[in-house]
Amino acid sequence: MTGRLLSYATLTLVLAFLLGPFLIIVAAALSAGETLAFPPQGLSLKWVFKVFEIESFRKSFALSMFLAVFGTLAALVLGVPVAYAASRYKLPFRETLRTIVSAPIIVPGIIVGLALLRYLVIPLDVGVGLALFIAHTALILPYAVRVVSASLENLRSDIEEAAVILGSSRAGAFFRVVLPNIRNGILAAFILGFVTSFNQVPVSLFLSGPGVRTLPIDMIWYMEITYDPSVAALAALLAFLSIAIVFLAERFLGFSRYV
Amino acid sequence: MSDLTYLSLKDVTLAYGKSVAVDRLSLDITRGELIALLGPSGCGKTTTMRAITGLMRPAAGRITLDGADITYLPANKRQVGLVFQSYALFPHLNVFENVAFGLRLKRLDGKTLDTRVDGGLDLVGLSHLTNRKPAELSGGQQQRVALARSLVMDPKVLLLDEPLSNLDARLRLEMRTELQRVQRESGVTMVFVTHDQSEALALADRIVVMKDGYIEQLGTPEDVYDRPSTRFVADFVGFENIFAVENGKLKTADGEVPLNPGAPIEGTVKGLAWRPSKVTLGSGSFSGIVKGSSFAGHAREYLLDSALGPIKAEQPVPHDAYAIGDRIAFDLAPEHAARLNRME
Ligand SMILES: Nc1ncnc2c1ncn2[C@@H]1O[C@H](COP(=O)(O)OP(=O)(O)O)[C@@H](O)[C@H]1O
Ligand SMILES: [Mg+2]
Repeated sequence: MTGRLLSYATLTLVLAFLLGPFLIIVAAALSAGETLAFPPQGLSLKWVFKVFEIESFRKSFALSMFLAVFGTLAALVLGVPVAYAASRYKLPFRETLRTIVSAPIIVPGIIVGLALLRYLVIPLDVGVGLALFIAHTALILPYAVRVVSASLENLRSDIEEAAVILGSSRAGAFFRVVLPNIRNGILAAFILGFVTSFNQVPVSLFLSGPGVRTLPIDMIWYMEITYDPSVAALAALLAFLSIAIVFLAERFLGFSRYV
Repeated sequence: MSDLTYLSLKDVTLAYGKSVAVDRLSLDITRGELIALLGPSGCGKTTTMRAITGLMRPAAGRITLDGADITYLPANKRQVGLVFQSYALFPHLNVFENVAFGLRLKRLDGKTLDTRVDGGLDLVGLSHLTNRKPAELSGGQQQRVALARSLVMDPKVLLLDEPLSNLDARLRLEMRTELQRVQRESGVTMVFVTHDQSEALALADRIVVMKDGYIEQLGTPEDVYDRPSTRFVADFVGFENIFAVENGKLKTADGEVPLNPGAPIEGTVKGLAWRPSKVTLGSGSFSGIVKGSSFAGHAREYLLDSALGPIKAEQPVPHDAYAIGDRIAFDLAPEHAARLNRME
């Protein structure tokens, strides 16, 4: 009996821990007051509407969207062939390759950001925008490789040979029978990459310039200057967006199989 | 290579890196023939098939098909069909599209394509399942899709890698007849792989018995079953009493034993082998003690302990059963023996 009570208590605690901040943010976003506060002072949607009027949020949202979409696409263009090669050929340096590709996950983002700033942006005079794109692509690459590898693992390689015997070229076999069968894995990798990029803070922190800021960085900036509930409103909106994406992905792709 | 040869392998050597899987294999096949590659697992059957399809390049040797040298022709230009042991159906395509795959690559017009796919599905009896995905089919049905997918391409040779081994016993017999019918109706030259001698005997026009990457014996089912030419083949097809021969005498653990005068043993013969059913029981110049006796439906099998070593014999039922411990006379008649020219 006590054991059971204890486990319920633990569960409640964990849920409170996971959901608590989210609920507080949502409550703060719905405040009618002028400053970020919990509990909210009255209820209103005005800060939610305000979010859309803030010029810098609109700009940084566009940049974050761009990075998330094209960074992920670039990571997939690089990652799918890597995953394919690793699954089909006995590469002599397979483990090394795996380690190199996973490096951006393991190395703390602060260090990746600093390194890119110090050795790419400053000496080579690479624009911050391009550096951000490179950084996000590199950060997403490990996820792309891992998720796509998982779905390749479940695909027998003899269907490619079957396609070749039926008249297809090797490359044709890849596009005709491999890609369609790992489509869901690629979609899952895209979603995971998108969310990862969109929420990325530490690397993006180093790679900001005049007028070039990703949305999370912009939110930090905004908060340092203006302490009104619009940041909470934006955070809540983004959280709902993420939840919706992951929910749909789970529903239609069985997302959790891949990550 | 005779004028009738359609598919020919000449001294074909196949290797994975440095390890040789098939060693200087030569084989001539006539158009319309049904050939079985028979041998234990790992003897190089699949490897040989892969070389014929072009998925693997020979380290040495030549392969010709229909008068043309195809040794280095890429797999997608060969017009050789292969039904994989695993079927290798395309999981994302339904039955119709699986069968249509190769025809679409040929850019046939819609009507011709439909007709040919329907014809193929009809031949294997799957016309009612065109919209199913492979995952929604039984093993036997998947097998038929794989067969139809290869047949509609009108291949010069159709290869089947262990087509029956993944099916349950009842389905296996059904597919056996099915394969025979399809071959008869399509007239396609077929080579199929099996490790089951009864399959090879029942289906093939000729059997290629393989071991460790080379051919042990090549012959009709009757040749292989009644006249195995090596110890390995004799053992494989159920000759249980096998003796080496030297100076016209049987070599046993206790020395050389002369046989009863009967058919003389030619000098080239290195061994003699008797099926249990060919051991004469109840009379003869040898004797043995019954060590074991078991009922096998059509016959009763005995295990005898004799001066020649252990002997397996059988007698049709009903007959006077011998009891364990009885000493009985038996004979090994040279005229009932298979003559083996290789004993290793
Ligand atoms: N991909 C491979 N790499 C290395 N050796 C292989 C490979 N495939 C098969 N072999 C070896 O080649 C020999 C013949 O194999 P295989 O043709 O598959 O035999 P079978 O089909 O008769 O069972 C075996 O000794 C096997 O271990
Ligand atoms: Mg095999």
